[in-house]
Amino acid sequence: MFAFIISRILQAVPVMLTVALISFAMFAYVGDPVAIMLGQDFTEAQRDALVRDLGLDQPFWMQFAHFVANAVQGEFGLSYRLSRPVADLIAERAPATLELAFCAAGIALLVGLPMGVYTGLYRNSWLSRFFLTFSLIGVSLPTFLIGILLILVFAVWLGWLPSFGRGDTVRIGWWTTGFLTWSGIKALILPAITLGLFQLTLIMRLVRAEMLEVLRTDYIKFARARGLPNRAVHFGHALKNTMVPVITIVGLQLGAIIAFAIVTETVFQWPGMGLLFIQSVGAADIPVMSAYLMLIALVFVSINLIVDLLYYAVDPRLRIGRGQGGH
Amino acid sequence: MRKLLMAAALAMGLGVVLGGAEAHTVRWAASGDPNTMDPHSQNVGTVTMVLQQIYDPLIARDQNLGLAPGLATRWEQQEPNRWRFWLRPGVKFHEGQAFTADDVVFTITRAQQPTSNYAIYVDTIERSVQVEPLVVDVITRVPDPILPNKIASILIMSRSWAEQNNSTRPQNTRAREEMHTTRNTNGTGAFRLQSREPDVRTVMARNNDWWGWQEPASQEGNVTEIVYRPISSDATRIAALLSGEVDFVLDPPLQDLNRLRQAQGIRVLEGPEVRTIFIAMDVHRDELQYSDVRGRNPFKDLRVRQALYHAIDIQAIHRTTMRGQSVVTGTLFPPQVNGYTQSEDVRLPYDQARARALLAEAGYPNGFEITLDCPNNRYINDEQICQAIVAMWARVGVRARLNAMPLGPFFAKIQREDSSIYLLGWGVPTLDALYSFQSLLRTRDGGHGNGIWNYGRYSNPRMDQLIEIMVNQSGEARNAAIREALRIYREDVPHIPLHHQMIPWAMRSNLAIPHMANNQPYFRWARMN
Repeated sequence: MFAFIISRILQAVPVMLTVALISFAMFAYVGDPVAIMLGQDFTEAQRDALVRDLGLDQPFWMQFAHFVANAVQGEFGLSYRLSRPVADLIAERAPATLELAFCAAGIALLVGLPMGVYTGLYRNSWLSRFFLTFSLIGVSLPTFLIGILLILVFAVWLGWLPSFGRGDTVRIGWWTTGFLTWSGIKALILPAITLGLFQLTLIMRLVRAEMLEVLRTDYIKFARARGLPNRAVHFGHALKNTMVPVITIVGLQLGAIIAFAIVTETVFQWPGMGLLFIQSVGAADIPVMSAYLMLIALVFVSINLIVDLLYYAVDPRLRIGRGQGGH
Repeated sequence: MRKLLMAAALAMGLGVVLGGAEAHTVRWAASGDPNTMDPHSQNVGTVTMVLQQIYDPLIARDQNLGLAPGLATRWEQQEPNRWRFWLRPGVKFHEGQAFTADDVVFTITRAQQPTSNYAIYVDTIERSVQVEPLVVDVITRVPDPILPNKIASILIMSRSWAEQNNSTRPQNTRAREEMHTTRNTNGTGAFRLQSREPDVRTVMARNNDWWGWQEPASQEGNVTEIVYRPISSDATRIAALLSGEVDFVLDPPLQDLNRLRQAQGIRVLEGPEVRTIFIAMDVHRDELQYSDVRGRNPFKDLRVRQALYHAIDIQAIHRTTMRGQSVVTGTLFPPQVNGYTQSEDVRLPYDQARARALLAEAGYPNGFEITLDCPNNRYINDEQICQAIVAMWARVGVRARLNAMPLGPFFAKIQREDSSIYLLGWGVPTLDALYSFQSLLRTRDGGHGNGIWNYGRYSNPRMDQLIEIMVNQSGEARNAAIREALRIYREDVPHIPLHHQMIPWAMRSNLAIPHMANNQPYFRWARMN
C-alpha cells in the first residue's frame, strides 16, 4: 500500500513538471507584460530597466528554473497586474469558486439522481422523454450560452435574480461566504445552475443506464419473486448497486467543475479563481496564470491519486494481482 | 431601554435631516478594474476614471476639456522659465489636512520619481518652490508654454499623509510592491474612497466639503455615492444595465448599441473621443520583413504610401464598419487638440485608378504582398477596419495578409519593430499637438519621449526641427511650427490617417451626465432623477 502511494506520487512529479513547463512556455507567447505595465509613455531606459527587474532578459531555461524553484516553496511571486502576492490573490478567490463548485455539484447530484432513477424506472412515460430531451440540451449547449440565456430570462425579462456578482458576503476568518445573506444566495442560483447543468445531465444519463442494467439482473428478479415491495427493490437493491460508478464520476467531475468554472465565472462576473485567471490573461500576468494552472494540475493529480487509492481499497483483484506478482 | 429609545429617536431625527439631501447612488460598470489607487503609478484610463473622482489637479478640465481652475485659482507664465500658481484657500484633504503650497511641491517631486508613470507631464520642471503658503512657482529647464495642459493631469496629494504612510514615491509596479497607496486614498476631490475590493467593488461617497460644489457646473450634481463594479463579459454588462442592476456603462459594445437605443429606460450618449486611428508603416528598413518585395522597401517611396491611401474608401468604413460612429480625418489629431488646423485636415481622395497608376509608376504594376498587423481588442472595431482595408487594397493589387491579435502580443510585436505595417490608435491626454508629434513622428534618438511610439522609424529632419520649436517656443512661432508640421504630415504621408474614434456611453434614462471626449465620467456633474 505504502509503496503504491510512493510510486504514484513519484509518477505525479514529472506530470507536474511537464504542466509547469508547458504553461511557462505558453505564457512566453501570450504577450509582453512590459508593454502593458509601461503604458503609453516611457523612455527606452525605463523599458530596459523594467525588463531587467522582471528578469525577462535572462535565458528561457534560467527563468524556468527560477520559477520551479520558487513554485516548490509555494512562492509564485507578485502579480504584475495587482502588485500583490499571487498566493494571497488565489486564497482570496478560492472561497467564491469552491462555494460555486459545491453548489453546482450539489444541484447536479440532488436533481440528476432522482431524474435518472425516474427515467430508468419509467422508461416510456412522457416525463422521462421530456427529461431525456432536456438532458440533450444540457449536454449540447455550451456553458456560456446557457449562462447568457439564464441571465436574459431571469435577470433581464423577469428581474428575479441578479445577473452578475456574488451579492453581499460575510467574512468568517479568511473565508468569505455568500450563504449567509439573501442577496448572496440569490446571486448563487444562476451561476450554480449554469455550471452544474452539464454534470446534472451526465449523472442523470449515467444513473439511468446503470438502473436499466441492474433491473435486468437476476437478483432483482429474485427480489421481486420474493414479493418485496417495489420501493425496497428499486432503492434498497437496484439504486444501491448503481452508486459505485456514480460516486466515481461525481468525484472526478468535482475537479472538472473547479477547474472549468472559468467560463461560468466570466459570464457572471463571479469573483473566483477562474475570473482571476481570465483577467490575468488579459494583462499577460504570468505569475498568476502559471500559479493557477499549477494549482489545477495539482487538483487533478490529487483527485486521480485518491481515485486510484479508492479502487485499490474497493477492488480486491488489484491487491491480489500485485501481491502474487509474477505470473 | 431608555437609552435605546433615545438612540432610536436620535436616529429618526437624523433620518429627517438626511431626508433633505436624498441618497442618489450611481451604480457604474466597465470592463476593467483599476490596478492601483496610487495617483502617480499607472497612467491608464481605468485607473484615472476612479482617481479623478477622488483627487483634484491644480488645473481642472471643464466639460469641453478646456482648462478650468482646480486647486489653483489662477496661473501665469511670469517669465519664460517660471510659471506661478495661486492656490485655492480653505481646501482640506479627506482626512482633514489643510491643503498648502507644500503639498504641491511634494506632489510634483513625487510625480518626477523614477517609479512614476507621469514623468512626461512634469519632464520640463526643474523644481517647484513655495513662495507663500498659497503661492507656488514652478521653474522649468526650458520655456514650457503648455505646462498648464500637462499639470492638469497631475493629481495633488498631501505631503504629511504620504510621509506618515511611507508613500513618498509612487508605487513601483516593476518591483511589484504593495504600498499604502495601492488601496488607500486621501484627496481633496468631490468623492472619497469608502471601500475597495479589487476586481469586485469600489465604493465612493460624496465629500460634502468639496470646494467645487459651489461652481455653476456642479451645482446640479446630486450623486451621493458611486459604486463601481467591473464586469468583463460584454453580454453580462449589458444585461446588468437592461435589468436595472447598473445605472451607467462606460464601454458598451458597439454591436449592442442599436438594441440599447431601442430599449425602454436606456439612453446612449455618443460623442467624439480624442483618439485618432491610423496606419503606420516601416519606412526605415531597406527590405521589409513581411513582404515579397526583395531588395527594396516599397514604403520608402512616397508614391506607394499615397497609393495605399488613395485605395481606402474611408466613407465605406465610416458607414458600414463603424456604423456612422467615427469622424473621418486626414490629419494627426482631432479638433479638441491645441494646434488643430482645419485646412490641413484634408484626405487624399478615394481613387482606385490613381492608386493603381501610382503603384505602376513606383515600379509595382502588379502590386506586392504585405502583412498588416492589427489589434483585435484595443480600438473600436479594430479588426473589422483592417479586414475592410485589406479588401480595398486587394482591389488595387496590394495583397495584404491580415494578422489580427489581442493587444498583448500586438503591442509586444510592434514595439520590437517586428512589423511592416500596422494599425494604431493614439490618444492625446495633454490636448496639445506636441504630444502626438513627439511620440509618433520625432526621430528616435533616445531623447526623452522622442519617437517612443515611432515604430516605423519615420525620420524627417525638418519635422524634428519643428518639434524642437514646439518644445521650446511659445506664441505665434510655436503655432506656425505646428501648422507646418501638419502640412508635412499631410504631404509626406508618414501615416495613413483613418478617423477619430467616437465613444458611446450607455446609461439608465434617469441619469444625466455630460459626455467627455477623454472618455472619463465626471460624477460631480451627474444628476440622478
